[in-house]
Amino acid sequence: MADVSEGLTPEVLMDMYYHMVLARVLDDRMWVMNRLGRAPVVYSSNGHEATQVASAFALDRGHDWVVPYYRDLALVLAMGMTPRDVFLHLMGRADDPNSGGRQMPAHWGSVDLKILTTGSVVTTQMMHAAGIALAAKLKHEPTVAMATFGEGSTSQGDFHEALNFAAVMKLPAIFLNENNGYAISVPARKQMAVPDVAARAQGYGIPGVVVDGNDPIKVFEAVRAAAVRARAGEGPTLIEAKTYRFVPHSSDDDDRAYRSREEVAEAKKHDPLVVFEQELREQHLLDDAQHKAVLDRAKAAVDDATEFADTAPDPDPSTLGRHVYHEAVL
Amino acid sequence: MAMTYLEAVRETLRQEMRRDARIIIYGEDVGVRGGVFRATEGLQDEFGEDRVMDSPLAESAIIGTAIGAAINGLRPVPEIQFADFIFPAVNQIVQEAARIRYRSNGTFGVPIVIRAPYGGGIHGALYHSQSIEAFFAHVPGLKVVMPATPYDVKGLLAASIEDEDPVLFLEHKGAYRSIRGDVPDERYLIPLGEAEVKREGTDVSIISWGMTVNSSLKAAENLAKQGVSVEVLDLRTIRPLDTEAILKTAKKTGKVLVVHEDNLTGGFGGEVSALIAEHALFHLDAPIRRLAGPDVPAMPYAPSLEHAFLVTPEKIEAAAKDLAAF
Repeated sequence: MADVSEGLTPEVLMDMYYHMVLARVLDDRMWVMNRLGRAPVVYSSNGHEATQVASAFALDRGHDWVVPYYRDLALVLAMGMTPRDVFLHLMGRADDPNSGGRQMPAHWGSVDLKILTTGSVVTTQMMHAAGIALAAKLKHEPTVAMATFGEGSTSQGDFHEALNFAAVMKLPAIFLNENNGYAISVPARKQMAVPDVAARAQGYGIPGVVVDGNDPIKVFEAVRAAAVRARAGEGPTLIEAKTYRFVPHSSDDDDRAYRSREEVAEAKKHDPLVVFEQELREQHLLDDAQHKAVLDRAKAAVDDATEFADTAPDPDPSTLGRHVYHEAVL
Repeated sequence: MAMTYLEAVRETLRQEMRRDARIIIYGEDVGVRGGVFRATEGLQDEFGEDRVMDSPLAESAIIGTAIGAAINGLRPVPEIQFADFIFPAVNQIVQEAARIRYRSNGTFGVPIVIRAPYGGGIHGALYHSQSIEAFFAHVPGLKVVMPATPYDVKGLLAASIEDEDPVLFLEHKGAYRSIRGDVPDERYLIPLGEAEVKREGTDVSIISWGMTVNSSLKAAENLAKQGVSVEVLDLRTIRPLDTEAILKTAKKTGKVLVVHEDNLTGGFGGEVSALIAEHALFHLDAPIRRLAGPDVPAMPYAPSLEHAFLVTPEKIEAAAKDLAAF
């Protein structure tokens, strides 16, 4: 068994921390843009940063695939998407690399970064990850495909079909559940009659792992172990990262309607950014000056992205009919 | 060489798989058993279990994973055992496969060919007889192919596999063993979107696709003996649609009968009729006529009821004769 913490050097830990901070700062700025009337809708990764950044870092980025869902801002940043890319997407600009301004925000996708394009009907992506893994297996490539999804998705038939298909065919796939306890307003206890999503794995004959989604080290180790297992031809793993969403589902939601302020305040005591910052300080990897440097770097990147996207051109209306079908390269 | 429609499907798959190692086939019972209609018989023996796979019985998974496999470089040709069973996979076909190129601004594509046996007349009753093309012809991003003859099966299937976009390839179950024809040994492609005049005529145009092309040709043969000259246009693919060929035959004869086995209301015949009405109205000598499956939920089992549903050569002959006399 390979050491699943291998690679977590001080530099890598600090890079993970930077991406977590970057996601939070970028996320906060998107909400400002929304309240200014500059962005019609925002979906956050706020609260999920440890799960998303650490899981990306545990993969072989640039080689492995991620098949995300709309909550995954921090994940795609960790996979290599830039703040400029995110803002071009948020504002529906022509140069949005995710969709050229066609999809609403948080519908990620990049061939170069191995981030599969996503739709809005939840859970379809789990099947796509299984399919990518199927091709990897048949081509004898050491590629892993990781799908992410909320706990609400576990109620869908595609959840069952994807896990079963991947398990039967022993595919190199990782199914990472980001369980934040709510599918918009509906609490997890109304989605399922068991306390843990991971318990479902037993029914498919695959490992099911529960991990503290606010602890990036724990998430890294769990995903790395699943990736090692996948590459060894031993099949898929279901990982449940228990975390929390600190903001409403979207900028059009008001979470006061379905959860108390006390509950949110309690959850924020386990804010992954705070937890990880303390951990890094204890390991003497971070001091006040470095902390400020990380924040300043993130803010500068977000300022640049805001400004860049603000003046970027909109899609030309004449392109409406393009890319319905393959266009031959002339 | 002469072969059945079913043999044309199988031999084309074999030829294509020999040519392109990226092609994989999977679905329910397609491996060891060779498919419930034997369309893939012997292919697992030749190409191995990695390329011809029995999959779990789950249509959404079959299509959903094919999408992922295509994106990661393979050319999946999944089979839906009966077209009637495709509905659990509609979300993956319509929302995902068909929209992925558009929503990614042309950066991702889904080159898959979904084979599905459709149509009735084989005592399959409600859930083994349906014609489903109209649901899918409505969807930009998809292509819908419906061959009538063994020759067209080969050229269209090869072209579909080579296509960069998702194709729904509908094979008529009634044609599998009843329709025979000459098929050249060498590989050839029939471009998707090109209709073919299967029989020249001057009095009435019948426009059809899939199995009802064969029934229309029988009707035309009988009518020729009665002095009525019928042209039969086989659309071959309904998306992309050969609008030019439709308008050309409509203008030529001035009398159009559109024939399909799918239910009348909302059937693809409505689209063909509207096109002619929009672009060739003043060339017409009679109202456009549609002959289609009746508006009942599906084809019943008892032979008497099944026969009453079917669009037979006799019904086509009567409708065309009536139209010719208008």
